[in-house]
Amino acid sequence: MAKYMLSVHSVAGEAREPMTDEERQESYKQIGLLEAELKSTGAWVFSARLHQPDTATVVRISAGEVVTTDGPFAESKEHLGGFYIIEADDLDAALDWASKTTAAVQRPIEVRPLWDGSGA
Amino acid sequence: MDREPDRPRDLEAAGKLEEAEVGRIFREEYGRSVAALVRVFGDIDVAEDAVQEAFAVALRKWAVDGLPPNPGAWITTTARNRAIDSLRRESRGRELLGEAAVMSPGHVDPGKPEQEGRVQDDRLRLIFTCCHPALAVEAQVALTLRLLGGLSTKEVARSFLVSEPAMAQRIARAKRKIKAARIPYRVPEDHELPGRLRAALAVVYLVYNAGLGSEAELGLCSEAIRLARILIRLMPDEPEVAGLLALLLLTESRRASRARADGSLVLLGDQDRGLWDRDLIDEGQAIVRACLRRDEPGPYQLQAAINAVHADAATMEETDWSQVVALYDQLFAVAPTPVVALNRAIAVGEVHGPAVALALVDELELDNYHPFHATRADLLRRLGRNTEATAAYERAAVLAPTDAEREFLERGGRTSAV
Repeated sequence: MAKYMLSVHSVAGEAREPMTDEERQESYKQIGLLEAELKSTGAWVFSARLHQPDTATVVRISAGEVVTTDGPFAESKEHLGGFYIIEADDLDAALDWASKTTAAVQRPIEVRPLWDGSGA
Repeated sequence: MDREPDRPRDLEAAGKLEEAEVGRIFREEYGRSVAALVRVFGDIDVAEDAVQEAFAVALRKWAVDGLPPNPGAWITTTARNRAIDSLRRESRGRELLGEAAVMSPGHVDPGKPEQEGRVQDDRLRLIFTCCHPALAVEAQVALTLRLLGGLSTKEVARSFLVSEPAMAQRIARAKRKIKAARIPYRVPEDHELPGRLRAALAVVYLVYNAGLGSEAELGLCSEAIRLARILIRLMPDEPEVAGLLALLLLTESRRASRARADGSLVLLGDQDRGLWDRDLIDEGQAIVRACLRRDEPGPYQLQAAINAVHADAATMEETDWSQVVALYDQLFAVAPTPVVALNRAIAVGEVHGPAVALALVDELELDNYHPFHATRADLLRRLGRNTEATAAYERAAVLAPTDAEREFLERGGRTSAV
């Protein structure tokens, strides 16, 4: 078993047909079903949806002082909108979950293994 | 179907083992041994190091004792024992040995000798690991050649015009990803097989075409054919695997006639058909006939069938062009790309004349593809529209990938020496 992060990526200001209320309801329903399935099969470890990146704050050490600045850390068009931490046998199993996730949230999903301390 | 590579004639005469013979065994057995050890130890680097070490031992030992009865099995056993010894020496290794017994799909105890029957399946597993869609295509090709073909990193680098350190990095990164992301070491299940098999076949086809593109890398063509033969032995019931092998054999049969001394390509109609390799044609056509009987066509089988029709004809004029058009119609139905449409148009031109073909060609959006302009030029010339033909040749020449090709097109598609 290995753990993977499935991160949901959004592109700011991306030209996308705005969802109708009906579509949004359907998407929420799909996400609900997906999360229920993740939990019932024991694959779910943790998941979260994030606020917009302009709500972020960055803390760093500069010249020995802690400096706090208005975020986000990386000024990019693409940002992390949320993530799932799941447990799966191998990459193929993780990719199956990612396929279901991208269908439910209608966003690209990045699948990345969590480091397990083995140095692999 | 599998042809045994020629043993050097003087080997028996000399009565001793030559390094070339070990080299041949290396190419034949490397992938098999690495694949078996990856299953046992669940780690590609461990497997590769051990197999390389076993070959180094073999080179010394066989020179004195002669070849063992089954050199491949000797290599695998020696490599497995070496790997166990070196893993026992380090603590991480002991951990890995413990894991290997649990993790590997067959629950094999690496300390115990195993049955021979599974070994071929191991190579199939390794092919699907190397050609996993989570790896970039360049990495898939490099890993396949490295792990299954036994090519050195240097050889793989040279074949793809990449520096050796860059290729070493590409291979190391791919191996790291396989390990970290746990890209599985198994044959895909039935429902995943079509897509995964497509990727593996594409890698073999890419290897072949990389060899075809450069006279210096012809070894890649035979390597691709060897990989296709391995695939067909491992998956005899997959028609597209048979189709790919037939396509490669039939393409290979024309090798001697397809390029001039300066490296420029000879069009099919201008090739000296007496140079075509009849053995390869016979083998390829036999596979095509078996595919037709099975009647589950796919893109590789259809391309092979088109090549089989050409191989049947003693001259360009005697070609059964309506059969070629019918096959292109089928190919376009499953692979509707502009390049297929272009080739179909050329075949239509042979049946219905250049005007009909030109009308079809002019509908295609292939402005950056030099064969598109070369085809237009040829059709325009046949229609007597010489000014337009010249312009099209010039456009094709600008886009041509090699100097030889460019010069050939600048001469209006005529050879200079004839």
